[in-house]
Amino acid sequence: MRVPLSWLREYVDLPATETGRDVQAKLVSAGLEVETVEQLGAGLKGPLVVGKVLTIEELEGFKKPIRFCTVDVGTANGTGEPQEIVCGARNFSVGDKVVVVLPGAVLPGDFAIAARKTYGKTSHGMICSGDELGMGDDGSGGIIVLPDEHEVGTDAVALLELVDEVLDIAVTPDRGYCLSMRGVARETAIAYGLTLRDPALLDVPAPNSFGHPVTVSDPGGCDRFTARTVTGLDPEARSPLWLSRRLQKAGMRPISLAVDITNYVMLELGQPLHAYDRSRLEGAIGVRRALPGERITTLDGTRRILDPQDLVITDDRGPIGIAGVMGGANTEIADLTAHPETGEAQGTTEVVIEAAHFDAISIARTARRHKLASEASKRFERGVDPEAASAAAQRTVDLLVLLAGGSAGAGVTEIVAPSAPHTVAMPADHPDRVAGVAYGRETVVRRLQEIGCDVHGQDELVVAVPSWRPDLGEPNDLAEEVIRLEGYENLPSTLPTPPSGHGLTERQRLHRRVGRALAGAGYVEALNYPFIGDAVLDALGLPADDARRRTVELVNPLSDEEPALRTTLLPGLLAALRRNDGRGSHDLALFETGLVFRPTGEETVPVRLPVDRRPTAGELAGLDAALPGQPRRAAVVLAGAREQAGWWGAGRPADWADAVEAARTVAREAGVELTVHADQHEPWHPGRCAALFAAVDGAPTLVGHAGELHPRAVKALGVPERTCAMEIDLDLLERAGTGALQAPRISAYPVATQDVALVVAQDVPASEVEHALREGAGELLESLRLFDVFTGEQIGSGRKSLAYALRFRAPDRTLTVEEATAAREAAVALAAERTGAILRGA
Amino acid sequence: MSAPNKSYDPVEVEALKPEQIERIRDEALAAFAAAGDLDALAHAKTAHTSGTSPLALANREIGALPPQAKAEAGKRVGQARAAVGRALAVRQTELEAERDARVLVEEAVDVTLPYDRVPAGARHPLTTFMERVADVFVAMGYEVAEGPEAEAEWFNFDALNFVPDHPARQMQDTFFVQGPEGTAGDESGVVLRTHTSPVQARALLDREPPVYVVCPGRVYRTDELDATHTPVFHQIELLAVDEGLTMADLKGTLDHMVQALFGPDMKTRLRPNYFPFTEPSAEMDMVCYVCRGASVGNPDRPCRTCGSEGWIELGGCGMVNPKVLVACGVDPAKYSGFAFGFGIERMLMFRHNVEDMRDMVEGDVRFTRPFGMEI
Repeated sequence: MRVPLSWLREYVDLPATETGRDVQAKLVSAGLEVETVEQLGAGLKGPLVVGKVLTIEELEGFKKPIRFCTVDVGTANGTGEPQEIVCGARNFSVGDKVVVVLPGAVLPGDFAIAARKTYGKTSHGMICSGDELGMGDDGSGGIIVLPDEHEVGTDAVALLELVDEVLDIAVTPDRGYCLSMRGVARETAIAYGLTLRDPALLDVPAPNSFGHPVTVSDPGGCDRFTARTVTGLDPEARSPLWLSRRLQKAGMRPISLAVDITNYVMLELGQPLHAYDRSRLEGAIGVRRALPGERITTLDGTRRILDPQDLVITDDRGPIGIAGVMGGANTEIADLTAHPETGEAQGTTEVVIEAAHFDAISIARTARRHKLASEASKRFERGVDPEAASAAAQRTVDLLVLLAGGSAGAGVTEIVAPSAPHTVAMPADHPDRVAGVAYGRETVVRRLQEIGCDVHGQDELVVAVPSWRPDLGEPNDLAEEVIRLEGYENLPSTLPTPPSGHGLTERQRLHRRVGRALAGAGYVEALNYPFIGDAVLDALGLPADDARRRTVELVNPLSDEEPALRTTLLPGLLAALRRNDGRGSHDLALFETGLVFRPTGEETVPVRLPVDRRPTAGELAGLDAALPGQPRRAAVVLAGAREQAGWWGAGRPADWADAVEAARTVAREAGVELTVHADQHEPWHPGRCAALFAAVDGAPTLVGHAGELHPRAVKALGVPERTCAMEIDLDLLERAGTGALQAPRISAYPVATQDVALVVAQDVPASEVEHALREGAGELLESLRLFDVFTGEQIGSGRKSLAYALRFRAPDRTLTVEEATAAREAAVALAAERTGAILRGA
Repeated sequence: MSAPNKSYDPVEVEALKPEQIERIRDEALAAFAAAGDLDALAHAKTAHTSGTSPLALANREIGALPPQAKAEAGKRVGQARAAVGRALAVRQTELEAERDARVLVEEAVDVTLPYDRVPAGARHPLTTFMERVADVFVAMGYEVAEGPEAEAEWFNFDALNFVPDHPARQMQDTFFVQGPEGTAGDESGVVLRTHTSPVQARALLDREPPVYVVCPGRVYRTDELDATHTPVFHQIELLAVDEGLTMADLKGTLDHMVQALFGPDMKTRLRPNYFPFTEPSAEMDMVCYVCRGASVGNPDRPCRTCGSEGWIELGGCGMVNPKVLVACGVDPAKYSGFAFGFGIERMLMFRHNVEDMRDMVEGDVRFTRPFGMEI
């Protein structure tokens, strides 16, 4: 809502010194979001005067038609001589009154005016358009042509009200009444403690039976309908300057007198109005729901198919408007035209004015259904004062009579569904208890009365809320009114004492630790959008039946290319990798932890639960059953060098082992030891893919994959060659965690170290050899470490040598060489049995 | 070791003459002094102190002396040996010190060489900042609560008093999730949560009052990415429900938070506003972190962070709407509560002078790495 300060002053006697910024501050603290205060005409300096065009000489030979004019500006130029001005506009004739800016003046935008040579003539000033004066679009498409009654030489700065301040207010959905000057003026008056001159306080004639006939067949959708008639309108009458200027400042474009007046009254009182050309109405006006398949062409020229839930205005032919949203083209006020034969001015000369009140929800649904948000629907959705309808109709009639020379019809149609004022019962100290401030009953009652409530009762108040505040339905609503008017800024600051807490949960600690551990290992976190499409799943090379292709789809994705939610973290991370690589960072290690979305296939559509009670456990389970699985994952991607080359020596490229180690890093934080198996799983390289297992609830469970990406995926994704990746399920790891660690026993006896080198077939996994060695070595084995893998002629083709360092130690004695050797031999023997290992050199 | 000399010959003990012993001693001292390094000193040591050195030989000769001469000669030789031993030790120490000094100089390196063998990693500042905010409240006794990102509409809207068809439901541009086969459009009853507030409802349903929780998390709205908007962003929500909580408690909690995060002289301001799930509702501002209000009415010192307003808008807050309590099975006659929520991106933008939202979204390591582990 744009509120010109000059207009606001009409209803509230603000001190003359109050600026727009002052009023803004007051209204903001009262709860109106005044976003900006626009300074109209800032920097504007005259002389800017009314002139009369005396002569027009068309200049030839230029790229566009140019006029050399003489204009009578009275004595404003100091000489009284006609002012010579070059002008490019064409929408004026000799004798027209125009706005002339003279040399020495400054127009908005620091545009200084001086006499200057142009098109071979000297132009002593300018004939002005609305844009040049900062007035906004006046619909003329050229310079301003003033009504003839304004005297030559009159100061146009004052005449056009060019200097003003406009408050732009973002009205919240609960304050529909502030979509009007009346509502904003009411808040202003309260904020300043001044009296409001309520523009809705008009004398309105009593309803009678000879107005335009109206039938409301849906009183639930329309609880009030006022119809008034004005005849004898002068189709040539134009909106006076004050009216069009106010509309412009409020952000509306002047169109025609009748339309301008209905817009003006809507801005003033908040009541949307509609004017029907009475000559185009056939029979009684009706209000009903649309019939299936009914159509209407609305004022915006769009042909619409109506829904049976849409409330429509009808005449004998059918719909003539979508109630509370937009009128129909078939009864539109006619533009002024000349009669094709006689040349006589013709246009609308008689109108029926509609001022009605419609159900907010019905209007909201219709406006959304037709994607048609109008000034009217915006107001009805947020609540219009039903008691202001007759006044608004009267105000419209008055202005049509005053400005268009019409006469008010005696008939007054008014259909009102009976209703009682809404009351709210509230303990008088309720606002005190909400705020934590002792306002006292007197203050509470006074503040409620200020906003228009009728208040009765002592300790228990019965508050009748005003008709323009449908948002006031509960005691807390009233408490807010009291507290905001007493000033949020005056609330004290106290700190409540929550019960002693338990800190973070194990799960939350785990998530933090995982992030720290990966960052500590050199990974940089990226938080990627979860939107994916088929393209990336194809690039990853996922087979058609892969579970990661079963996605949760969005109804309204931002991009049709990415309509689904991620089932794996890799697409986002790989895109970030590619982006970094493209920007010149080539040695990359990225990680992300976050949710992926995995349809259960069992999702149900939940029933709409009530909100007037706690849902039952079964109802809540029904809500959760509608949701897809959303496990939390951790993932890394790597490319380029894992260790950089430098003065210390050579670097080392990132490889599959880094990806597997990242998985171990994550698992270690969960207190989980991973078991690794070779696997073939897209998008990984079939020979360099590790399946990661952990014991979840006692059963070995696949928790993730790590390794180097498949060269095809690398190419399709456009990521650097040999890119590696890991993804692991944190929820499963959390379940696999073993709880509190049991402290190891530390033996102070000396260690006995024995090395073995075992030769096995190339395809024997090292993990199996290690497993056998550990089991065979028995309890005396303190630790075991693979320190070398060797292949070569000495070993024989198809075989590899694995060199292990075994450390033996007993808790209670120094081991003898014989004991350590026996344990080593047992280890080697079991490895030989299980894996065919042969002791190297044996 | 030689046997005692029984048959001594006075002619053969010439070496034990006093001047002879002094000469031997002085030769040793001179040799030590002349030794330029530890190797030379080792040679000199062998030459002058070993079993075959003149002094050792002289010592051996003492036994051959007549008994009356033994005492004096023994004393003289002993003094000479002591002097030689002392000189050797002193020279040894001197030369070792010289050697050490030289070696350490030789071993010196250029400690200004850069070392970036494995460049440091980092956590995203959005993550660490959310944790930091949460920790302020955890320290006060709050719990951290979480919820799903694909959320039931009932939790995201209905339970929070977003009435169907109310304009407030359209204030937030919602991503709707496609329902199971056979359902059309947005009928699935599932959305990507538009705020962290549904966690409020879940927390109230999961716990008995008093409830004090913070809910950090990721939220979604259908905004295109630009310098100031992103469709995927982060919020942190706070909810306190207890007996007798007031707006003054809300204000105090907000003040505490901004002081903990931005410094002890920070304060907040509440402005009336509207949110369906709170009543009364407020917009909360904090004193501009950058100019601390100094830019207001001071055209010479404009502040880009607050637009010279002196205040920065943080987010929405208010007293939990009793309708929300009812929907979550909490008796509004007994309990009241307050809640607030704000965008993490926005706070990060002005706390760390981030100029473009895209920097927080794109995962460029050059942006994230400097933020390290904590914020």
